[in-house]
Amino acid sequence: MGSWRNRGRRQPTFFRIFGRIHGWLWGVLAGIAFLGIGILEGQFTIIWKKAVMICLECIGIG
Amino acid sequence: MKKLRLIIQLCFTIITNGYAYGFVSGKIYQGKLKFACVPGLNCYSCPGAVASCPVGALQALLNRQGFTVPFGMLGFFFLLGSLLGRFICGFLCPFGMVQDLLHKIPVFRKRKRLPFHSVLKYGKYAVLLILVGIGSLFLFGGFAKVPAFCKYLCPSGTLFGALPLMAANEMLRSQAGGLFWWKFAVLALLLLLSIKVYRPFCQYLCPLGAIYGWFNRFSLVQVHWKEEQCTHCGVCERACPVGLTLTEISRSPECIRCGECARACPQGCLSFRKKESESHDQSAQYHKDKAQ
Repeated sequence: MGSWRNRGRRQPTFFRIFGRIHGWLWGVLAGIAFLGIGILEGQFTIIWKKAVMICLECIGIG
Repeated sequence: MKKLRLIIQLCFTIITNGYAYGFVSGKIYQGKLKFACVPGLNCYSCPGAVASCPVGALQALLNRQGFTVPFGMLGFFFLLGSLLGRFICGFLCPFGMVQDLLHKIPVFRKRKRLPFHSVLKYGKYAVLLILVGIGSLFLFGGFAKVPAFCKYLCPSGTLFGALPLMAANEMLRSQAGGLFWWKFAVLALLLLLSIKVYRPFCQYLCPLGAIYGWFNRFSLVQVHWKEEQCTHCGVCERACPVGLTLTEISRSPECIRCGECARACPQGCLSFRKKESESHDQSAQYHKDKAQ
């Protein structure tokens, strides 16, 4: 982990608080934040509009 | 484990393709559930599909006029990837299940990998970058942007979308041209190859596997290794269907978390369950110590 530990320095507050959080939790938090932005921007409406029509490209016609 | 995985794969495929009326009428589901995406590769033009395809959704956002960051799909991939990694490929992907079943047909001498695997495995990243990314944004469509991966490569779209729709819909059948036959040839080749090689599409071409693979190293679901019980007999490495070594199992982007290694281990030192302080991180530590 961080070299500051080995040197016996006092841990910076940011690492003291957030350094214990697992990588996957960071990913989940980022995912929720991005999802929120996507929902606010109406991106899932665009996806829905595309998904409810037969995608001619997907079936090799368009 | 093998049977449990197949049951989960089957149940998930049936649930996410549960709009039975679509198969009869040749039409697709148009309800609110399609605001959401399924985790695996499942064409939203499948008559039974009740949710959207994540790769198709990503391309739909990239195909918009101008460029906007596809935050919605980034969030989806971060959320599911961080929790499950490529466990999704192993347990929740319908096209992966089809390849799994085909690989069980006892006709050829089975192979885990294709020749030149070390180079070919980067194919999925090329597909993600060129067809899903650049292709959807600029290239093949010219001014009218197209979902290049779905249009030129996706075998799931042909198998789950095109074939059932065309079987039930005369009008669509009459419009099938060169592009359809190209996609059909891709599908046929991959399905035939699946009989001999384990999941060739997942290992070499799937952009979704490339995305989820990036999260494998730190996802919540891991195959944990209890080093002190391990006799290094190599049974897990022989059982791994994608031919990973003990240190690569779980952490490698190629690991699909199928659990074959855990099932095969005679000492029971590989498991999805983390026990006390035992973790797969020990595998990295062990090899570090060995190198020193």
